[in-house]
Amino acid sequence: MTILEARNVMFSFGATPALRGATIEVASGEILAVMGPSGSGKSTLLHCLAGILVPNSGEVVFDGSRVDSMTETKRSALRRDRFGFVFQFGQLVPELTAAENVALPLMLSGIRRTPALAKAYGFVERLGLDGLGERRSGELSGGQAQRVALARALVAGPEILFADEPTGSLDSLTGEQVMDLLVGTAREQGTTVILVTHEPRVAAYADREVIVRDGRVNAPHRVAS
Amino acid sequence: MSVPLTLLGLLEREPSHGYDLKRDYDTFFGRGKPLPFGQVYSTLGRLTRDGKVVVSEVSPGDGPDRKRYVITDLGATELEQWLTQPVEPEPHLQTVLFSKVVLALMLERPAEEYLDTQRAAHLQRMRELTEVKRAGGLVDGLLADHGLYHLEADLRWIETTSARLDALRKAVQR
Repeated sequence: MTILEARNVMFSFGATPALRGATIEVASGEILAVMGPSGSGKSTLLHCLAGILVPNSGEVVFDGSRVDSMTETKRSALRRDRFGFVFQFGQLVPELTAAENVALPLMLSGIRRTPALAKAYGFVERLGLDGLGERRSGELSGGQAQRVALARALVAGPEILFADEPTGSLDSLTGEQVMDLLVGTAREQGTTVILVTHEPRVAAYADREVIVRDGRVNAPHRVAS
Repeated sequence: MSVPLTLLGLLEREPSHGYDLKRDYDTFFGRGKPLPFGQVYSTLGRLTRDGKVVVSEVSPGDGPDRKRYVITDLGATELEQWLTQPVEPEPHLQTVLFSKVVLALMLERPAEEYLDTQRAAHLQRMRELTEVKRAGGLVDGLLADHGLYHLEADLRWIETTSARLDALRKAVQR
């Protein structure tokens, strides 16, 4: 069943076109890798799918509702309540501890601090960060900080996790650990994942891949099996 | 995989019978392609003939007598040389794919589609190996890593070539 869809989406940064009619369907529960060369439009596509950017034309449909025509307030609520995000850099609030960072989406959705933190500590342990819940982001290694960011993205049980180069700042072994956790947790929760990456080893964790080239989405030419 | 040298390596670890050598080979190196008993014994026969192993003792078994093999100094020297020499780089895929791409461009066929098909096949294989890593132990994981890094290198070549197809087309078309 399709949970998210972009139909002929166009988007430009000023006079520079980034998406030139991108069309894509994402099935519920699937892990999809979006690949393509630098500047091809893959991150812009992710931002349009997630309701961060509004296309100049075309449609984005999530769970039967048009995202592109929602008000900013509704899109903001959608991102907060039903989506999770993990990016390459700088996602943690430096003034907060790791556990407080993880608890943030829960508290923003109205859960009180104590139960939010209790759930956050559970997630911190689940992602192999036992004993690190009290640390601030400056006291964490890159891999630990990225696991905290992953915990924060998944703690509220989002329907879709948008991940933009989530291992881009990590060495390959740490990146694998993060991807193992990302894929394992998403599958346990039934979360759909849209994973932007230019790294084949990261894309290999996905169920399938699409290639973005010159602002359009190419489905791969499959080999007969 | 060089079967004779791998068996020499297992014998350097400890003297063994053919049956034990086959078991250890299959456990660590076979990975879905077990070594036939016939090949174990024919290889041991050649290594014995060439003076790289000797039979240290013969004990009666249910069937044929069981022979215990020991590596010789000659065998150990050959093993040492093999281990310390780098493996010959083998860019097979690039050679075949390069020929396909150049021919496709010469013949005005869709080279980009061929590369896309190859990319999909590579990623599918990488997916399978990633699953082996996720589900298996350390030995399986390291073997899968070896395959993954090679496939990744091929994919980098595919990406670079894809980005240069227009220039390559001009270079090869008359």
